[in-house]
Amino acid sequence: MLRVTETEHVDFSSELLSKFGEIVKRYPEGKHKAALLPILHLVQAEYGWLSPASMERVAGYLDLKPIEVYEVATFYTMFFLRPQGKYVLEVCRTGPCCLVGAEKIMEHLENKLGVKEGEVTADGQFSWRGVECLAACGMGPVLQIGPEYTFHENLTSESVDQLLVDLKNKDLSI
Amino acid sequence: MAVIYIDNVPYEVKAGKNLLEACLSLGFDLPYFCWHPAMGSVGACRQCAVKLFKDDQDTKGRLVMSCMESVRDNLYCSIEDTTAKAFRSQVIEWLMTNHPHDCAVCDEGGSCHLQDMTVMTGHAYRRFNYKKRTYNNQYLGPLINHEMNRCIQCYRCVRFYKDYAGGKDLDVFAAHNNVYFGRATDGVLENEFSGNLAEVCPTGVFTDKTLKEHYTRKWDLTMAPSICQHCSLGCNIIAGERYGELRQITNRYNGDVNGYFICDRGRFGYEYVNSLNRIQHPLIRSHVPEAVNRETLFDHLKPLLSGKVIGVGSPRASLESNFALRQLVGENQFFSGVPETTAEMMEIILSVFNTGDVRIPSMKETEEADVVLILGEDLNNSAPRLALSVRQAVRNNPVEVANTINIPAWHDAALRELVQSEKGDCFIAYPVITKLDELASGTYYISPDEIARLGYAIANFLDPQASAVPDLQGNMQGHAVLIGNSLQKAKNPLIVTGVSLQNPSIIKAAAAIAAALGEGDRKAMLAVVVPDCNSMGLAMMNAPSILNSTALSTIGSPDTLIILENDLFSISQEAQISEILDRSTNIIVLDHLHNPTSARADIVIPVGTFSEADGTLVNNEGRAQAYFQVYMPKNENLRESWRWLSDLKNLRDGTTDANNVTPHDLIRQLADKMPQFTGADQAMPTADLRIKDQKIPREPHRYSGRTAMNANLDVSEPKPPSDPDTPLSFTMEGYKGLQPAPLNSFFWSPGWNSNQSVHKYQMEVGGALYGGNPGVRLFNHINPGDRSYMNGIPPRFKPDKENWEMLPLPHLFGSEALSSLSKGIAELSPQPYVAINSMDAESLNVDEGSILQVIIEGVQYELPVKIKPELPARTAGLPYNLQELTGIKWPAHGQLVKG
Ligand code: SF4
Ligand code: SF4
Ligand code: FES
Repeated sequence: MLRVTETEHVDFSSELLSKFGEIVKRYPEGKHKAALLPILHLVQAEYGWLSPASMERVAGYLDLKPIEVYEVATFYTMFFLRPQGKYVLEVCRTGPCCLVGAEKIMEHLENKLGVKEGEVTADGQFSWRGVECLAACGMGPVLQIGPEYTFHENLTSESVDQLLVDLKNKDLSI
Repeated sequence: MAVIYIDNVPYEVKAGKNLLEACLSLGFDLPYFCWHPAMGSVGACRQCAVKLFKDDQDTKGRLVMSCMESVRDNLYCSIEDTTAKAFRSQVIEWLMTNHPHDCAVCDEGGSCHLQDMTVMTGHAYRRFNYKKRTYNNQYLGPLINHEMNRCIQCYRCVRFYKDYAGGKDLDVFAAHNNVYFGRATDGVLENEFSGNLAEVCPTGVFTDKTLKEHYTRKWDLTMAPSICQHCSLGCNIIAGERYGELRQITNRYNGDVNGYFICDRGRFGYEYVNSLNRIQHPLIRSHVPEAVNRETLFDHLKPLLSGKVIGVGSPRASLESNFALRQLVGENQFFSGVPETTAEMMEIILSVFNTGDVRIPSMKETEEADVVLILGEDLNNSAPRLALSVRQAVRNNPVEVANTINIPAWHDAALRELVQSEKGDCFIAYPVITKLDELASGTYYISPDEIARLGYAIANFLDPQASAVPDLQGNMQGHAVLIGNSLQKAKNPLIVTGVSLQNPSIIKAAAAIAAALGEGDRKAMLAVVVPDCNSMGLAMMNAPSILNSTALSTIGSPDTLIILENDLFSISQEAQISEILDRSTNIIVLDHLHNPTSARADIVIPVGTFSEADGTLVNNEGRAQAYFQVYMPKNENLRESWRWLSDLKNLRDGTTDANNVTPHDLIRQLADKMPQFTGADQAMPTADLRIKDQKIPREPHRYSGRTAMNANLDVSEPKPPSDPDTPLSFTMEGYKGLQPAPLNSFFWSPGWNSNQSVHKYQMEVGGALYGGNPGVRLFNHINPGDRSYMNGIPPRFKPDKENWEMLPLPHLFGSEALSSLSKGIAELSPQPYVAINSMDAESLNVDEGSILQVIIEGVQYELPVKIKPELPARTAGLPYNLQELTGIKWPAHGQLVKG
């Protein structure tokens, strides 16, 4: 279930809308629902997450009921249904990584960033969460950092601290 | 047929089924969740695993889901295999990890498929000791309760709601261990069949909220097989009582009629039985006090019965009661209490059915149609269960392809993938948008007369012998050709029509099409929607309508008028009804509830509703079906109408019945008098039927509290009531084996406490009940040749701004008087309105919500405007029969004035 609290109005830019148009054209007449997934990706790339208002707009655009968009958006874990930090740290929490300390890494992140899983730091820079297997079981614990999805293996508290520092510096250097 | 080997024993089974169905049909207890007999297999829950072997030499085998395996010759499988058993018990252990284990406070408890399957697989000990995930529940309206934590992710709810019933507002969200079934936000479930979720969901996520108000476990209910009273389709139901209160309606499987599903009006419309507005005592208005005992009543009645006595029968009273009234007053003094136009339409329907020119389909048969034409009905609102059947029928054409590529009929996932949004042809002509329009290949929003003309034009296209329609509007001929072509190509066309728009020509036109479409064994199906649960039965008694002008001259000024279970003021104008009532010196009303008609009566006699009486009804296809008294009311006045009326006859004639008169006796006498009812007595078993010398119990053997439940009144256990009228007993005593199909008080089988046990009562899964589906089809008496229905093409509809055509628009909730008394249904009923199209609104200078004065034959209603752009010009839709809008004589014309 979505906690639909947001009522703010979303207006897609004409650029975004023309990209939607391109995508819809790929599918046969009457099968425009198939364009939903790629369009949601575009929306997330633009806004950083899928707000209920933006999903409703997508529904309107594709002539679907909003519930049909929610159904799809909630199914895929890579769609964010809440605002995220600029960097999303995703720690593998599947069995093998947990055996070698993934839970400790997550605890460390929680303390270090001062936010719980799924929340955003006050400066809007970071959020973190546990995810399913990242397919590097031999190198655990591992995490990936969106939206670029850089990959980091054999994590320790120290290497995670370093990562955070690097990310902050990277921002400063721009 | 195929021979399969289950644990090395050969069985002959029907080919084309899946292995799960085959095993269940053979009587094996194999657990399942996601498979549903009406919805097929998706192989999602993994609960039905069995071992499958290559051949008789293979000892290793592999686990397969039995619901996804086609039955074929020489299939070797094992249910008892240890790996398979372990797998099944592990599956349920996983499913249960997050389950709250709250059976004691769960409404499903005691009739829960999850409980049954847990016991069946032997999962008895919880090893998972971690935190369970929990959810917020949603408010889903007054009818359905939501308790998501109990979900085991079988997906049946969305498959039923979305895929099968076409619902749009229930869905599944998220994935993995976090799946949520509900609406996007809190709100009333919109689909007409939402109540079925309570039965489709194998756990306590979706339950009947009205039951919650007076909760009772299934095993503590006194139950009887019954028939829904809220439309003409006659869906089979089970009604349950405790403490003198009707508490629950559930579906009763009948393979020919409702199958596994009923509509929400039928499931939740029962609360009028418990209404405070029930008539409790005989009332004599001139007497002080009004309420009297039976003796005083009879003393008072005796002189009133000897003069000229007129009887008015009812389309919602049983055949027995109507017949008992006819016997009391005599054939020529017996009239039907239905509006004149309805009576005229019923007469046409009967004459069409009697010609044998068309095939009258059962609801099951309508599901087999490949092209559907609906003329003048909004099925979701007038005959809801039939709309669900039409929804399945439009899939038949695209599903055909499946046969050619070896996709079996039960493979739901593959079929839905294959068919996607493809549909067979379905055409709908109705003045406003209906819910089924989304399935339609053609929709025609035209006035009733134009619907009839379109129909006649189709008939004329199919059979040039049929009269041509003069003066056809614009492209109407083109539409007729298109529809006619499609119907002609169809293998199994279905025409649906009905009385809702109160236009006799529509029925004739529909009949003309069906007759033109086929002959002999290729007859086309004609399904007709009629108003009430026994409209057909009453019509078959051939009594003229009391509102008919010639009837009025016959009745003159009677001494006594007896009105049976009928609020006449709701069916026609007050002035017209008053005129009839005023003619009679005495008025006797027999009814359940106080209403304007009973208010005018000199004598009021309380009678039992369907839950306090036995009776037989004839549904829209002419199927006679029996319903049985559920419980013996504490109030001895709540007797069956037929019993009161038989007593009155004895009173007048000074006779006594040597034996108790039973409903079966009455039906037999009826059939003797009127051959059109031959066979109807087969629907109502004789009272002396016994199995192994025993009656059939109305209570499960676990019924509790019998010795204590009335201890507040009397510490000694009272003698249980006896039932001299039927083979059913009012207690748990009686024959414990399989009951004969018409007498299924409840579905239960060892290990199968929920309604899923119904397969134990079927000869094969999804097939007929043992002994045949209940009900007897009448209309075998064919009287060929009379084709008068071919005539009577109405002239072209002319919009008239001084005289608007009023259209009665039925609503699932609100248009049927008795169900509207249920609290939840009342809450969901629409407010009165007058619907007009945008242009008309403009010309009247009104907007949505403005108040219009609607004047029909001098009676004025102030109604808010509802804009329905598709409505034909100068027609105005009124919600049919809402409490505030009864007493209109249909068909109606009127004036609309801005006010
Ligand atoms: S709510 Fe009920 S029907 Fe729906 S998935 Fe859960 S258990 Fe199955
Ligand atoms: S479709 Fe008609 S008969 Fe069936 S349950 Fe609904 S109201 Fe009752
Ligand atoms: S019933 Fe076979 S997998 Fe669910």
